[in-house]
Amino acid sequence: MYNFDYEKAASADDAVKAAGGSDDVMFLAGGMTLIPTLKLRLTQPEKVVDVGGIGDMKGISVSGDTVTIGAATTHADVAGSDDVKKAIPALAKLASLIGDQQVRNRGTIGGSIANADPAADYPAAVVGLGATVKTNKREIAGDDFFTAMFETALEPGELITSVSFPVPEKADYQKLANPASGYAMVGVMVAKTKDGVRVGVTGAGPSAFRASAIEDALGSDFSSDAAKGVTMSSDDLNNDLHATAEYRASCISTLAARAVKAIG
Amino acid sequence: MSHAISMTVNGRSVSATVESRTLLTEFLRDNLRLTGTHVGCDTSQCGACTVHVNGKSVKSCTMLAVQCDGAEVLTIEGLANGEDLHPMQKAFNDHHGLQCGFCTPGMVMSALEVADNNSDPSDEDIAKGLAGNYCRCTGYENIYRAVKAGAKAMGS
Ligand SMILES: Cc1cc2nc3c(=O)[nH]c(=O)nc-3n(C[C@H](O)[C@H](O)[C@H](O)COP(=O)(O)OP(=O)(O)OC[C@H]3O[C@@H](n4cnc5c(N)ncnc54)[C@H](O)[C@@H]3O)c2cc1C
Ligand code: FES
Ligand code: FES
Repeated sequence: MYNFDYEKAASADDAVKAAGGSDDVMFLAGGMTLIPTLKLRLTQPEKVVDVGGIGDMKGISVSGDTVTIGAATTHADVAGSDDVKKAIPALAKLASLIGDQQVRNRGTIGGSIANADPAADYPAAVVGLGATVKTNKREIAGDDFFTAMFETALEPGELITSVSFPVPEKADYQKLANPASGYAMVGVMVAKTKDGVRVGVTGAGPSAFRASAIEDALGSDFSSDAAKGVTMSSDDLNNDLHATAEYRASCISTLAARAVKAIG
Repeated sequence: MSHAISMTVNGRSVSATVESRTLLTEFLRDNLRLTGTHVGCDTSQCGACTVHVNGKSVKSCTMLAVQCDGAEVLTIEGLANGEDLHPMQKAFNDHHGLQCGFCTPGMVMSALEVADNNSDPSDEDIAKGLAGNYCRCTGYENIYRAVKAGAKAMGS
């Protein structure tokens, strides 16, 4: 690993100042993606600003019908949170399915969505539940956050401070995990909300997206048969050694149907 | 860039100067000569390097030593009391939960977190708890037996 400067930030303001809007400075949260990337020399920042110890960016709060999770909150804390289990059990379930125990003990929601891995789990929740991503300077709608493979709406040096999820009436997350890596080959979050049905998909395309054809079908008939009956287009889906685009397309409908069944 | 850090490792206070890029595994193995913590991969997948930081299992190959400044670290060397094995170590011994032993330090450290959460873990609890630890020898059967017995012994 090439060497770099390291600075531990005490607050979100300090972290943003230390990053200075530069492309050569990277935030470090759980390090579960950044450190392996540094080891493989796939990235080479001049400086790393550690945001993992910022108290204000950790923790979970529920107010009214919104669950807000600090960006530096670990997957294990979300998976184990009684508040999340009560308000949005599908979100706690999703967090419990990420990687393995050691990864969940370190990896954070902010790091996961900033990284925008096409096969990461949280993006399905950000899109599927209609979350709002808060940064040091603005709020970004979940629908606008993921822009392309490993690309987000974040600007250089912009820090995610928290993610807010509106509490749905009911929701479920279904994941077809890659048996070797544990990442999602396809993951689907189905949410029944007062404004209609939302279906967020990860793993299948270059970045997370909403399956509007399934949303429409479930809008008129909320049944697993209705979800299963939708033939998703495989255009623009990922096609790699793990699965063909056609297989992924078919998995989206199948997993959405399973989620609807689990919701009951 | 280098940093003066101190932490508690197996109950002992240690201080050193490390580079930003020094991994916790490197610090434990090279600086402290605690070579029980193994390195089996460079992709953060195998779990041979598992130690506890502030009571939670982590992959020490995927943490910077400087991130552990002020932390409490527990490694496989910190478990036995002199010649007396920790109950989980004894269970691995009794149930032959190892062959070559390369994965064992990491398995034991992860098993401790399984046992902390549940003194009577099911096969499924163990599979979930050890998902981040690979063994290329045993086929896992005896590891499951060992973790069950170890968790029970720790709970009693
Ligand atoms: C073995 C293994 C298995 C895994 N399996 C899965 C899986 O099944 N599903 C899954 O979804 N993920 C999986 N992951 C990834 C894991 O969830 C990571 O936690 C996550 O991708 C990154 O979070 P982090 O906190 O570790 O971020 P880091 O690695 O610290 O940072 C990742 C990126 O995000 C940026 N960043 C971090 N925090 C912020 C912030 N607050 N604001 C802006 N930018 C920020 C960093 O600069 C960096 O570019 C796995 C990882 C490993 C090692
Ligand atoms: S050495 Fe393989 S996970 Fe750390
Ligand atoms: S005993 Fe050899 S790798 Fe597990």
